[in-house]
Amino acid sequence: MRFVWRKFAQLIVVVLAVTFLSYLMLSLLPGDLAQVKCGISCDQQSLERTREELGLNQPIPLRYVKWLGKAVTGDLGKSGTNQQPITEALQQRLPTTIKLLVFSQLIALAIAVPAAVIAAQRAGGIFDRISTTLAFAGLSAPAYVVAPVLVYLFAVRLKWFPATGTEGLKSFVLPSVTLALAEMAAYLRLLRSDLISTLQEDYITMAKAKGLSPREVMIKHAFRPSTFSLVTVMGLNAGRLLGGTLIIEVIFALNGIGSYIVQGIFSRDYFAVQAGVVVVAVGYVLINFAVDMLYAALDPRIRHARAIA
Amino acid sequence: MSRKVIGGPTGTGRDPNAKLLRVVDIKTHFRTEKGTVRAVDGVSFTLDRGRTLGVVGESGSGKTILSRSIMGLLPKRNVVRQGHVYYEGTDIIGLPDEEMRHVWGSEMAMVFQDPMTSLNPVKKIGKQITESLFLHLHMDKQDAHDTALALLSSVGIPEPEQRLNEYPHQLSGGMRQRVVIAIALACGPKLLFADEPTTALDVTVQAQILNLLQQLQRERHMAMILVTHDLGVVAGRTDEIAVMYAGKVVEHAPTPVLFSNMKMPYTEALLSSIPKLDYPSHTRLEVIPGRPPDLINPPRGCRFAPRCKYAQERCLNEEPPLIAAETPGHMFRCWFPVGSPEGEEALSRNLAAGASASGVPVTDVPMPASLAGRS
Repeated sequence: MRFVWRKFAQLIVVVLAVTFLSYLMLSLLPGDLAQVKCGISCDQQSLERTREELGLNQPIPLRYVKWLGKAVTGDLGKSGTNQQPITEALQQRLPTTIKLLVFSQLIALAIAVPAAVIAAQRAGGIFDRISTTLAFAGLSAPAYVVAPVLVYLFAVRLKWFPATGTEGLKSFVLPSVTLALAEMAAYLRLLRSDLISTLQEDYITMAKAKGLSPREVMIKHAFRPSTFSLVTVMGLNAGRLLGGTLIIEVIFALNGIGSYIVQGIFSRDYFAVQAGVVVVAVGYVLINFAVDMLYAALDPRIRHARAIA
Repeated sequence: MSRKVIGGPTGTGRDPNAKLLRVVDIKTHFRTEKGTVRAVDGVSFTLDRGRTLGVVGESGSGKTILSRSIMGLLPKRNVVRQGHVYYEGTDIIGLPDEEMRHVWGSEMAMVFQDPMTSLNPVKKIGKQITESLFLHLHMDKQDAHDTALALLSSVGIPEPEQRLNEYPHQLSGGMRQRVVIAIALACGPKLLFADEPTTALDVTVQAQILNLLQQLQRERHMAMILVTHDLGVVAGRTDEIAVMYAGKVVEHAPTPVLFSNMKMPYTEALLSSIPKLDYPSHTRLEVIPGRPPDLINPPRGCRFAPRCKYAQERCLNEEPPLIAAETPGHMFRCWFPVGSPEGEEALSRNLAAGASASGVPVTDVPMPASLAGRS
């Protein structure tokens, strides 16, 4: 339990550091937020007034603390371009991003894990060779190629799923599959090779010498110790997907966090960008936290090492 | 889950009056890119119930492969296994794994060399012990728990109740090896393979583990094959010893006979490479020059000839067969056996020439370390 609290404390420190640094960087960027907001034809007086309103003439640390105080209560300010409260915009977009993330990971795992287990069971066999080749194809096909093909096949021709939009879970199938394809390939290869090396371990021979079937040896002895690097990479991937699904969002006309940040950057909507960065950072830290907890759950050695340290 | 109760590999054909284990001309070859590695090349022996056979040899002599080969635990791909292994009269060498699974753990079990790697790091000790109890003996949870507890106490683990809920990394090497032994003994096997069971352990713990194995073996009237590179380990603990070199048994004898009347120069060389307490300080240890031969292209004649100080021309060209010595049960492979007139003559000839027929320097003083092969 102490382990959980320590992780939680770390999480707070990391979130504070990330938000402060991103606040600092955005404040130091060339370009004047007041100028953007006030317009090109703004005179000196109204420019000063806008600056005052936005609190831009206060020192950066003070501004950060004020921003933080509001952010904690859920107020992330208003968008500089359309005056929409940023919190509201994020509330609309976050579910889209999370759904994409969760579905794509689930699809990738649902296919990669059984395939890796079968492939590793008979390494070098037919199934292994076919699945590794397909995985390679999946890894090398970029999303903007895969997506139109999937849309053409399953939306235009077969009309199974909508091509765009966010209505219902059905509309998430094609974008999630597109995202999952590359991840699936990576997971398959990773888990397969870890399984194969685990199967060389003495404790696997020992399990076999107990009279367990190959299936029991695989599931009860080899699988869990082989998942550590899969979990690591999954964590990294999930973090990346939080803000990095821009291409998919554009192709499938989905409004997620990724496109929100990019729009904010193009329209110099610094508050929006800042808020987007916070969401991604907090999400990243939370995912890492989950990964750490998962490590501890998977590997008793980590659990104890941490408890002692 | 319709597993057969321990009824034997095929259920029929097992003869309780037959020898427990009879190995006939077993060969295990590995196909590699460089050629066929003859890791075990025609080994035969028999083992009675409750008896102990020591298998001794250097690294790479095939002793570990031999035990895994008898048990059938080697991978299938690129491995050729020939010969016969009769377990209670039934040849188990051709049996598929599905059949062997009824034998593994319940009839034959193995203690592995390194307890640091032979226990699953992510499973509790209790689980690793009870696994085979559920599998072979169909115990319920309570029985399995009680049996595991009894097993841990019988291998001398303090606070067994608490240990059941611990993970391997929480135990020391010696304790882990005790756990491995408890796992191996769980279903009361009739034959135990102990593959260098103390090599990875602290010297202080080695004797404890060996004594434990010996005591458990007596209590359970279990046969044991003790594989080791250390003649000292098998000296007081085995009924018979088979000395292996380059995939073959080069000398096989009842333990007292082997030590009192060894015939094979290799056995002699192994024995004289063990330091003795009554040596004065700084005595240079005798070493066996060179290294074990390449098992893809073994030497034409005697496989030990290139390192043997007795070696003559004949040894380089003709492989000696396994011949019987005067004592019953004693066999060896040598043209010029230790202690025989031929052997004495061969040695004195090599001494006079300063080298053996294969070019190994032969002198009265022990070999300088600089000439010794690094193995």
